[in-house]
Amino acid sequence: MSRQTRIASAFARLKEERRAGLAAFVMAGDPDMEASARILESLPRAGADMVELGMAFSDPMADGPAIQASGERARRAGASLKKTLEMTSRFRKSAPETPLILMGYANPVHRYGMEGFARDAAKAGADGVIIVDMPPEEDAPLRRPLAREGLAMIRLAAPNSDEARLSRILEKAEGFLYYVAITGVTGGPPPNMKKVARHMAAIRKRSPLPMALGFGVKTAAQAEEAARHAEMVVVGSAIAQKIGGASDPETEAFAFVRELKKGIERAGGGRRAALADDEKEMRKT
Amino acid sequence: MTTPRPISNAALPDADGRFGTFGGRFVAETLMPPLLALEEAYREAREDPDFQAELDSLLQDYAGRPSPLYYAKRLTDHCGGAKIYFKRDELNHTGSHKINACLGQILLAKRMGKKRVIAETGAGQHGVAAATVAARFAMRCLVYMGAKDIARQKPNLFRMRLLGAEVQPVRSGGQGLKDAMNEALRDWVSHVEDTFYIIGTAAGPHPYPRIVRDFQSVIGREVKAQMMEKEGRLPDLLIACVGGGSNALGLFHPFLEEEGVELCGVEAGGRGVKGLDHAAPLNAGSVGILHGSRSYLLQDEEGQIRDGHSVSAGLDYPGVGPEHAFLKESARARYAAIEDGEALQAFQLCAKLEGILPAFEPAHALAQLLKEAPKLPKTRLIVMNMCGRGDKDVFQAAKLLKMDIGDEG
Repeated sequence: MSRQTRIASAFARLKEERRAGLAAFVMAGDPDMEASARILESLPRAGADMVELGMAFSDPMADGPAIQASGERARRAGASLKKTLEMTSRFRKSAPETPLILMGYANPVHRYGMEGFARDAAKAGADGVIIVDMPPEEDAPLRRPLAREGLAMIRLAAPNSDEARLSRILEKAEGFLYYVAITGVTGGPPPNMKKVARHMAAIRKRSPLPMALGFGVKTAAQAEEAARHAEMVVVGSAIAQKIGGASDPETEAFAFVRELKKGIERAGGGRRAALADDEKEMRKT
Repeated sequence: MTTPRPISNAALPDADGRFGTFGGRFVAETLMPPLLALEEAYREAREDPDFQAELDSLLQDYAGRPSPLYYAKRLTDHCGGAKIYFKRDELNHTGSHKINACLGQILLAKRMGKKRVIAETGAGQHGVAAATVAARFAMRCLVYMGAKDIARQKPNLFRMRLLGAEVQPVRSGGQGLKDAMNEALRDWVSHVEDTFYIIGTAAGPHPYPRIVRDFQSVIGREVKAQMMEKEGRLPDLLIACVGGGSNALGLFHPFLEEEGVELCGVEAGGRGVKGLDHAAPLNAGSVGILHGSRSYLLQDEEGQIRDGHSVSAGLDYPGVGPEHAFLKESARARYAAIEDGEALQAFQLCAKLEGILPAFEPAHALAQLLKEAPKLPKTRLIVMNMCGRGDKDVFQAAKLLKMDIGDEG
C-alpha cells in the first residue's frame, strides 16, 4: 500500500465505520530500543488506528515534562534517527495498514539531511512527518522531498490560528490536519472542548481534510469527549508517563491504550451528531 | 588578518527573517501568531516618532546614555601598540548593555497591551535588566535561569528578587542558558495572550534578532559620533564578546558598510576549542536549527545539542545569533576564541591597570584585544565594548583565583 494512501485509507475506514480513531504517540527508544520496538508493535493490537513515533531531541521546546522525560530516557538508551527508522521498518512488517507518523524537531532531521531523511523514512514505511518547529514558513525544504517520496508533511493548527493563519496552514496541508487543542506544551491542562469544537467546526468549512486532535488529552474520559469532535484522537504524554513509571512498561502501555480505545468507542458515531450540534450553534452565532 | 569586505546588505534580515541562509522562524505553530503580531507592532513603532522619543528619553535619563567612550591610556601604554578605547556600556543602569534592548522591548510590550513579561537569563544581567524595566512599567516579570547559573551568579538572583521579579530555577538539560530559553519558550507558548517574551540576545526566531540588534545599535551609533569628535575619524578595529551576540551586533551594525572598519567577535573558548568544553559555535560548531533560527551550533553527529562550557555564564550558550553566522560566512567579521584562563587574566589586568572590573564576558574581548593591540601601529584605533561590569563575578573570580594558586584541592 502506498504511503499517503495508508493515511487516506485509515481515515476512510473510520468514516465508513462511523467512529473516531485513536493515534498513540510513543518515543522511539523509551524505555530502551528493544522494549520500545515491542511497545510500538503492540499499539495496533491494543487498538491504535494510527501511531506517532517520536524522534528524541535534546531541546524539545514544545513538550511538557512527560515527553521531555520520555525523550531523555530514549536518548540515554541510545536512540538515534537511524535506529528510529529501523524501528519503523520493523513496525511496518508487523502492521502493513496502520499509518505511522514520525514526529520530532527540525535539527536532528536537518543534521541527517532533509533529502536523505525523506528517502529513508519512505523506505522504512513511514507515511507522514510532523516537525513541531517547522511552521508553513519553514517547511518547504522538507515538504518537497517528502512529497517526491509520497509522504505527507502534516501541518498543525492551534486555538490561536486566526483566519489569515488558517489560510497559510491549509494552503498546502496534506494527509490530515493536526489540531493542537491547547495553547501550551504537550501534556498540558485539559482543553476547553467547547471552544475547540467550535474552532474545528469553523476549520471544516474551509478544508475537507480529516482532523486529529491532540495535546492535553490524558484519560479515557477525555479521549471519549475529544472523539466527538475529531476523526482521530492523539494521546502521547499520558502513555509516556505510564512507560516511565512502570515496572513492566509493555504491559502497562498496552493496557492503557486499550482503556483509551474503549473511551473512544463509547463516543460511538458521536462525531456526526456533535458536528450537527456545532453547526447549529455556528449558525446561531 | 583578513581584509574587511564591505557588504551592501546592512538592511537584512529579509521579509522571511533571513540573513542570507540564516535566521528564520523555526517555532511551534502556536508561536507564529504572536511573532507576526510582534513584527507588525515593531514596524508601526519604528514609524512612530512618539515611540522613538519615549525610548530616547528613557535611554538618556533612566539608563544614563550616552555611555562614555574612554581612552584606556595605561592599557594602551602596556600594550605599546594601537590606541585603545573602551565603550563604557558597563556604566549603564543595571550594569550592562542589556538595558538598551529591555527598554525597547518593554515599550513594545506596553504598546501591545501585555501585562506580563518573561525572560531567560544566563549571567543574570539580562534578567536584572528585564526585572528592572518590568518594575518601572508595573508589569509582572518571571525570569528563567538555569540552576547551574544561579549557583555561580548569586548576586544577580538577589537583585532580580529585590526588583520584584520571580526567578524560576531551570533544572532540565545542562541547567544553563540554553535550558532557560527552552523553558521561557514553553512558558510563552502557554501564555501567548497576555505575555511578552523579552529575549536577551540577538537570537531566537524572527523578528527578535532584528529587534534586539536595532535596539542595541545605539552603542555603535554613539561610538561613531564619539570617535569623530575625539579622533576626527572612524576606528580601525572593533572588538566585542559574542555569546548570543547582542552587544557585538550593537557595536558592529552601524559600521557594517564602513569598509575600513574591521570587526572582530570573541567567543568563549572555555578549556579549548579543540575539545568539547567551550562555547564557540562560530569557531568550532556547525550549522543547525535551535531556538527558532538557523545558525551555528554545538551539536553531535545526531543533531542533538551539546552543552557548552565557559567560565562566563553569559557566553555559555551553544548557539549564536543568526546575523553573526551571516557576518562570518560573508567574511565581513571574523571570530576569535578566548579560553577561560586568558579571560581571567585579562579581568585582573584591567582591574589593576585601569581601575575597571570588567564582567567575565567582556574580559574575553579584552583578552583578544591584548593579543592584537601590541601588533598594531600606534596610529591605529581600537574600540572594545566593555559591555558589563564585573561586580557580579567577584565571588566566582575569588573562587577561581584561589584554585589557580592551589589553595583548594
